[in-house]
Amino acid sequence: MRRKVNFTRRQFIRVAAVGVAAAPMLGCGAGNSPWRFLSKQEGETLAALSDRIIPEDQFPGAARAGVVNYIDLQLMGPYKRFRSVYRRGLTGVDQTSQAIFGKGFVALSGAQQDGVLKALEKGNAPGAIWKEASSREFSDLLLGHTMQGFYGDPRHGGNREGVSWQMLGLPYPPIRGRRHYDLTKTGTVPSG
Amino acid sequence: MALDRVNAVVIGAGAGGGIVAKELAEGGLRVVLLERGKWYTAFDCRKDDLRNQRTSVLGCAFGPDDERNRRVTVDAQGRELIVLPSDGAYQNNAACVGGGTFSYGALAWRYLEKDFRMRSTYGAVEGSTLADWPISYQDLEPHYEKAEWEIGVSGDESNNIFRPPRRRPLPMPPPFPSREHLLLKAAALRLGLHPFEAPMLRNTVPFNGRGACMRCRWCVGFACEQDAKNGTQNTVIPKALASGNCDLRTECVAKEILTDDRGRVTGVAYFDADGRLREQPADFVVVSCSATETPRLLLNTRSRLFPHGLGNRYDWVGRNLQGHAYAGAYGLMEEDVYDDLGPGASIGVCDYNHGNPGLAGGGALSNEFIRLPYHFASLRPPGVPRWGAAHKEFMRRYYRRSLAVHGPVQEMPVFDSRVQVDPRVRDAWGIPVARLSGTNHPHTIEIARYVAGRAEAWLREAGATTTWLKLPGRGLSGGQHQAGTCRMGNDPQTSVVNSYCQVHDIDNLFVVDGSVHVTNGGFNPALTIMAIAYRASEHIVRTWKGTQMRS
Ligand SMILES: Cc1cc2nc3c(=O)[nH]c(=O)nc-3n(C[C@H](O)[C@H](O)[C@H](O)COP(=O)(O)OP(=O)(O)OC[C@H]3O[C@@H](n4cnc5c(N)ncnc54)[C@H](O)[C@@H]3O)c2cc1C
Ligand code: SF4
Repeated sequence: MRRKVNFTRRQFIRVAAVGVAAAPMLGCGAGNSPWRFLSKQEGETLAALSDRIIPEDQFPGAARAGVVNYIDLQLMGPYKRFRSVYRRGLTGVDQTSQAIFGKGFVALSGAQQDGVLKALEKGNAPGAIWKEASSREFSDLLLGHTMQGFYGDPRHGGNREGVSWQMLGLPYPPIRGRRHYDLTKTGTVPSG
Repeated sequence: MALDRVNAVVIGAGAGGGIVAKELAEGGLRVVLLERGKWYTAFDCRKDDLRNQRTSVLGCAFGPDDERNRRVTVDAQGRELIVLPSDGAYQNNAACVGGGTFSYGALAWRYLEKDFRMRSTYGAVEGSTLADWPISYQDLEPHYEKAEWEIGVSGDESNNIFRPPRRRPLPMPPPFPSREHLLLKAAALRLGLHPFEAPMLRNTVPFNGRGACMRCRWCVGFACEQDAKNGTQNTVIPKALASGNCDLRTECVAKEILTDDRGRVTGVAYFDADGRLREQPADFVVVSCSATETPRLLLNTRSRLFPHGLGNRYDWVGRNLQGHAYAGAYGLMEEDVYDDLGPGASIGVCDYNHGNPGLAGGGALSNEFIRLPYHFASLRPPGVPRWGAAHKEFMRRYYRRSLAVHGPVQEMPVFDSRVQVDPRVRDAWGIPVARLSGTNHPHTIEIARYVAGRAEAWLREAGATTTWLKLPGRGLSGGQHQAGTCRMGNDPQTSVVNSYCQVHDIDNLFVVDGSVHVTNGGFNPALTIMAIAYRASEHIVRTWKGTQMRS
């Protein structure tokens, strides 16, 4: 698989600049972060992780489809309760990468990254954080949220331009009836 | 602050409560209908695949909200967990006008004759409180009919040789078949089964002043933008209001039921939309809060005469919590079968509801509602990885080529699967929350295995080249099909209400919702809840005209 780290990083900035509702300034991302909650580095790790879960092929992978944007946006809303899970989990992923390969996750090859993900999934990943938290639970959470961001409705900040739905051959726009309505008005994530 | 006295307060505007409110109001009684949720309409239909009543990862679109509500669950190892409505373990149904019927899948089965006589049919099952109902199918038949015509059901059961006798056909024809329907129907006939067009609380033709279903992709768990899905919110509740006798108060949360020192109910204390505590005096009260919230309310109402909660003299309130053990199979075809014609579920067989060798029951099988992409991403045959390039390729290759058949297996009720109130955790109104504990009965899992195998055979006959089973776990059941926690029976020592849903030792208190089910049938329960509500209402109105519920 081709690696997309540089490319996706540029994409992040664009996605964040285009912005989905919830004011980025409210966030807890460090000063130079394009994200609302995540730090720049956390965003990069998450992008690389999600891109192993749904890699780029003839269709965009998770990162290009906006999965990091999806997760970051939800961390400002209904997933507020997972903030510390992500903060610790993403640090833990780097600890595991360092322990096995002597480098941070983003710097690993695709095959090495898969190895880290598999260790997390098995629940026996090395790393100080995984002595207190379950790496298996973190990888399940990450997998679920990545699938949501890729296959879920674009209104939540992922699945850009309905790319996964196009891939599956599902006609878009989805409304078939006589009652059309503005999807941008409500039904989005409560902000802050 | 006390309000003007009315004849009846009905708590909960769902399947049961909506019908009772309408029948009472049209019968001339002054009714207050309290509902903790909002009144949504077709225009609130967002078709949000991550935030609805079926897939609630980002919240429950039709309540309750994650901010103000909690429950405590206790797992088999005794570990306690505080869970939110959007977590599966919360066992949510809904909180809005219409209750579950606003967003349900709308399958509308009548239970079979044997479903009311499980104990006589199968004998005792060790570790289960399996029992007969105090009423028979024949007692409910006219009320099933009323539900089918007043709320509105489409379908065609003529090929179902297991169907119990009915006097009147369904008011609406089934929708025209999808590709999947045709494949499954032909396969079922080749297997010697008796497939039929599943009954649905859904307009297939204009009916009741509303239009027909337009076959969208997002039905179960969503509101219907066409207003073609029939729930209590667009049928009986508007009629109740039109009678001039019913006052619907939304966003009002019942806190406890008020009683006097003679042991009679005198009204309801509730928090109104502004959070003010109100007291609504009434001649009698009907609790229709669903099978987890109803026992919670009864158990939260304690006094000198009722130290363990209302109706709980013999410790049966909250017991026997059950839902359905969903069993079935998925199959992959080598050609496209998806034709984007909702709602999905359309064909049923009752061949495996009863008479399964060595098993105490079974369940109806039908095809599943449309599986949206995020849902499908969690399904795969053994051997396909959960993630990575191979998973993405699997999604792409098979999304339009999958079939699913499953069914609600009737559960063996377990006394220790129960709703209590938690001694510590409270919701945003300060009311002690529901505490859920228990497991599914092992025999339920055996039955589910058998039924899942039958589903798999059906898919194979339909041409599926790869198949795998969907089996329930031993965890507590409840959720959308929650039932059983205020059992109906003739013996006050082993049940909570009589056959008219009247609490045994309190004449002017009724429970009318899924709580009263003795067993839950091998079918989705809503039509039966509705039929019971019509039957109980008829009794209440009749009694009212005699005694005014005053003693
Ligand atoms: C996504 C989904 C799909 C379903 N599909 C089907 C199907 O295809 N076929 C089928 O038969 N069934 C289906 N069901 C189940 C069906 O909706 C329920 O069985 C039915 O609604 C239960 O009726 P009830 O009267 O017991 O409770 P509900 O309909 O849940 O009504 C209870 C009401 O009481 C209110 N309430 C609770 N506590 C309080 C309080 N303290 N104060 C004020 N109000 C309160 C609640 O907000 C709610 O509105 C589905 C449910 C869901 C959620
Ligand atoms: S499938 Fe039909 S009844 Fe269901 S939501 Fe769509 S239009 Fe409404």
